Amino acid sequence: MCLAIPGKIVDLLAEDRALAVVDILGVRRKVDLGLLQDDPPSTGEWVLIHVGFAMSKISEADALDQLRMLTDLGESEAAMEEVRGYGLGDSEDAASAARGG
Amino acid sequence: MASVVSKIRFRDPQVEMAHGAGGKASRRLIDGLFAPILFGSAPAPLGDAAHVSINGNCVALTTDSFVVRPLRFPGGSIGELAVNGTVNDLAVSGAKAQALVVSYVLEAGLSTEILEAEVRAMAAAASAAGVVIAGGDTKVVEHGKADQMYITTSGIGHLIPGVSVSPAAVRCGDKILLSGPIGDHGITILLARGELDLDADLRSDTRSVLPLVEAMADAVGAAIHWMRDPTRGGVATSLNELANDCGLGIVLSEDRIPVRDEVRGACELLGLDPLHIANEGQFLAVVAAEQAEAALDALRATPGGREAALIGEISEQPAGAVLVTTLYGGSRIVDMLVGDPLPRIC
Amino acid sequence: MRFVDEFREPELITRTADEIRRLADPTRHYRFMEVCGGHTHSIYRFGLKDLLPANIELVHGPGCPVCVLPMGRIDDGLSMAEQPDVIFTAFGDMMRVPGTRGSPLEHKARGMDVRIIYSPSDALKLARTNPGKHVMFFAIGFETTAPSTALTLMRAKALGIHNFSVFCNHVTIIPAIRAILDSPDMRIDAFIGPGHVSTVIGCRPYAWIANNEEKPIVVAGFEPLDVLQSIVMLLRQLNENERKVENQYKRAVPWEGNRAALKAMAEVFELRPYFEWRGLGFISQSALRIRESYAEWDAERRFSVPGVRVTDPKAAQCGEVLKGVLKPAQCKLFGKECTPERPVGALMVSSEGSCAAYYNYEHRKTQVLTNVSMPTSLGA
Repeated sequence: MCLAIPGKIVDLLAEDRALAVVDILGVRRKVDLGLLQDDPPSTGEWVLIHVGFAMSKISEADALDQLRMLTDLGESEAAMEEVRGYGLGDSEDAASAARGG
Repeated sequence: MASVVSKIRFRDPQVEMAHGAGGKASRRLIDGLFAPILFGSAPAPLGDAAHVSINGNCVALTTDSFVVRPLRFPGGSIGELAVNGTVNDLAVSGAKAQALVVSYVLEAGLSTEILEAEVRAMAAAASAAGVVIAGGDTKVVEHGKADQMYITTSGIGHLIPGVSVSPAAVRCGDKILLSGPIGDHGITILLARGELDLDADLRSDTRSVLPLVEAMADAVGAAIHWMRDPTRGGVATSLNELANDCGLGIVLSEDRIPVRDEVRGACELLGLDPLHIANEGQFLAVVAAEQAEAALDALRATPGGREAALIGEISEQPAGAVLVTTLYGGSRIVDMLVGDPLPRIC
Repeated sequence: MRFVDEFREPELITRTADEIRRLADPTRHYRFMEVCGGHTHSIYRFGLKDLLPANIELVHGPGCPVCVLPMGRIDDGLSMAEQPDVIFTAFGDMMRVPGTRGSPLEHKARGMDVRIIYSPSDALKLARTNPGKHVMFFAIGFETTAPSTALTLMRAKALGIHNFSVFCNHVTIIPAIRAILDSPDMRIDAFIGPGHVSTVIGCRPYAWIANNEEKPIVVAGFEPLDVLQSIVMLLRQLNENERKVENQYKRAVPWEGNRAALKAMAEVFELRPYFEWRGLGFISQSALRIRESYAEWDAERRFSVPGVRVTDPKAAQCGEVLKGVLKPAQCKLFGKECTPERPVGALMVSSEGSCAAYYNYEHRKTQVLTNVSMPTSLGA
């Protein structure tokens, strides 16, 4: 029920405000923007496409946020490992300090 | 000559489209009906061409039918497919095509303009491939019975010295080479049908792979253990057939498999796997490990082989199957499809 | 590929898999159900099970709208298409699903006009360009897909296109999850929530799962990092004894869902009192039908159909596999009478049904793989 992929809006069709052309790695298709009429996207924005309809806008900020969180995963643990290795008395405090308070 | 009572193992009550798609259903028809009756009780694994001996001279012989809709598409047409397809079948069996004969089944009502265009395309393709069209036959059937035209080509050629390929020659540790990006042809056709309303700058990859095969043969000759052109059913089908025939396993590295952006985009959008998509101008080669580098270099140095890649190797496991691995340690089995790959929305 | 490749980055995947290993309590056995067939597909396609520790088990849920469609409904759809001058349109997913007298593709091979479409709007376009024919669209899918069907019907009405109708087989996800949780054999610890359904319905509808059933649920995207990060979030909840709804797929899923999509659905559809789900039985208020105001475009009203119930053979244990009680390989018919090529039950008919997915991607791996060591170097 769920094949939807991100595509970039490259053209909004003047004759039909609900239609746009999206580009996915050079493949282009007309996509219906009817489900996004409350907050229509503009050219250059990214939308999630399912069966030829745009389902939602893709938030670049949220995407970057998520990647940052994932990147931090290993790093904060690595930092904690390092701190534990110092053999300081209270490893909990040290770990907390490593996480930045 | 003793008559052999051959029992057919094909249980389907009628022929279905899937039987012609190059995947599992096609294999069942060939292995279960054609092979027992036509090829006797102990057939060798079926290759792309037959090697027959005529008065002590070994020649390669093959035939193929071409059915495509639309007839013309970006990058080529049925005429080119008909020539290149047979030249390639001979090439990957280790033979250089000398002559083709062609058989046309034409639908009444087909315009002369279209027919002429295809015949000219065949002549041009034959010339480019260095092969002679030595003769042919024509039949005309009623309107509605032949999708405009069906073309069958049969080809004959002499064996390339030093090359002998068969699944039996394949060994653990052998490397798998691919001549170039996959999926171009199948996706081009899908888009050209117009039903999915997709546009992309894509062309069929139809071409003769003989120059590439010859360059590789020149460089490493006997180190080539097996070759195939992955047409209908794609790389997945060809490699599954090999795994099945040699009883060994095939492990591919997903990140090494060359796929054009547009093919990838279309596949992601439609839920298709490039490994199942037809190609008309590529081939797979299994080469002894120590010579793989040299074989790859030879391909890359040949016009049209720049994008050749080493995509995997033969291993003990998974025996009889094809495994695709990712850089992060995930893996999946890739099997033959039953019929043609279909777009999905789920 | 933007917003896709970043979430398939090998280094990050490895890191996230390590975090999962760190968080998973070695004394526990976790059973997480991914509801949506799209997630089942992702899990197999990306080989994600290889990255999980042995004590995390992924159970495949009922979110495959093709799988849960009773065979009788397929027969009904095909019988409509047997009428003269009717063009049968459906997504590719439907094309190989067997009816009593064959699948849509098999009907096509016998001469019926059957066309694969990518979008319901393509079916409408077909109606416009074929005024002499009637185009029937066999609509399937959960709430992800229903709004697109709804909008297409609204467009058909607005444009006055009358040679078009929809055979509505849309189903809703919440009753399916409820059916899983109501099952006495159920032993699921937490849920990986359907990311794309949630772009429409938002995250609120899952509140009862966390509050009443006390199971964590994380609404997840479909790339490897999305699924893995969701598992991290579920483990964290379980470790900290929390039970809440979380949204991992923030970049695409608004917490409130898509108001315009819900509005379109409400305009065109209403809930059926009950609907039969293959493998799960009758579930009330679980499926959509077309409202009276759109009766003219309702294929069920325009065509008279056999409406015959076709039951699966008793030996097929689809229900138990759907609820996660049995694994696909534990069904007596799996791999023998029931294969993707010759499916007997619901879960084999679609490539994302648990049995088909397991058969295609995993089964032979387990069968023939004793100890596969990935080649460390592929030479050139």
